[in-house]
Amino acid sequence: MHELSIAHHLVEVATETAREANATRITALHLRLGALSCVQRQALEFCFELVAQDTMLEGAQLEITEVPVEVYCASCDAVSPLPSIQKFRCPRCGSPTADIRRGKELELDRIEIDGPESDSSTSSGSEFSSLESR
Amino acid sequence: MPPRILQVRTKILKKNDSLARAMRDEFTAAGLFVVNLVSSPGTGKTRLLQTTLTLLRETGRSSAAIVGDLETDNDAKRLAESGVPVRQIETHGCCHLEADMVRRHLEGWDLAALDFLFIENIGNLVCPASWDLGESLRVALLSVTEGEDKPLKYPGLFNTSDVAVITKTDLAEACEFRIPAARRNLESVRPGMPVLETSAKTGMGIAAWIDLLCTRRGEFLKGTAGAVPAP
Repeated sequence: MHELSIAHHLVEVATETAREANATRITALHLRLGALSCVQRQALEFCFELVAQDTMLEGAQLEITEVPVEVYCASCDAVSPLPSIQKFRCPRCGSPTADIRRGKELELDRIEIDGPESDSSTSSGSEFSSLESR
Repeated sequence: MPPRILQVRTKILKKNDSLARAMRDEFTAAGLFVVNLVSSPGTGKTRLLQTTLTLLRETGRSSAAIVGDLETDNDAKRLAESGVPVRQIETHGCCHLEADMVRRHLEGWDLAALDFLFIENIGNLVCPASWDLGESLRVALLSVTEGEDKPLKYPGLFNTSDVAVITKTDLAEACEFRIPAARRNLESVRPGMPVLETSAKTGMGIAAWIDLLCTRRGEFLKGTAGAVPAP
């Protein structure tokens, strides 16, 4: 059950970001969870509640958007959603493909915070990097 | 007052990922090929690794191993019999290895003097998949005492692996394990993945496995020949 470790990392990332913005409390977190992230949603929700206790995230809402897997097919030159993660084949032409374009996400997309405004912080921290292969 | 919204857009495991990246740079600069072995418990990771370490040593290659377990240093003791440096990580309940655990166990080793470093992950088909350890090759083991459909049940782990090794093939008939079906399932979750069949007991397929390791290391060194070493 690595969701406990992941919950710890999540609280750490969210806390750092919120502190930089002078927030006193985090009221909600929005995550993006890929179908291939190997994270079980319910387990993560359960662990998050535990880990958030006595932190600035206590009682925060965890909102999770599940991201389906999408693969690129060279024959069709197209990205398509994968109907089953047990079968890595292009749903259009049936060719095998291992070129995953979406579905590995394990990302904190945004947080909602309470606390005094500071002009430097909002919508900063865009460390977004497209997911590399691993 | 409406809530303030902060766009974060960060990987939750960014700390592990950036440490793993730094470690990979360090391994690359040292010309060290790092292999992460993942599988369910009892697949024969330690047995395959014992044989591998011994054969690599006998052919003049220098290796080291780090082995993860929840408790006990039994596996490290078994591996040490092969005569190469071995360290045990006891995670005390943690179901996977993280980059930081590996880094702390590298201390004092001269990485540039090593050709191969093997990391035997915790026996678990789910959790290790999410954690980059800075390896150059991730190898998933599947033993014939398991079901042929393990890759379909745990697509995440097999999908993030580069190579699959079917182990204990000497028992395939007794276990009524259908190797072609296992191959089909591996191909289904990870098209193009090389699949080896081995038995560390009889030696079947071990030469091909050692060959693959040496070839991949050769490609790794060639690929990094022009790279700028990490500061």
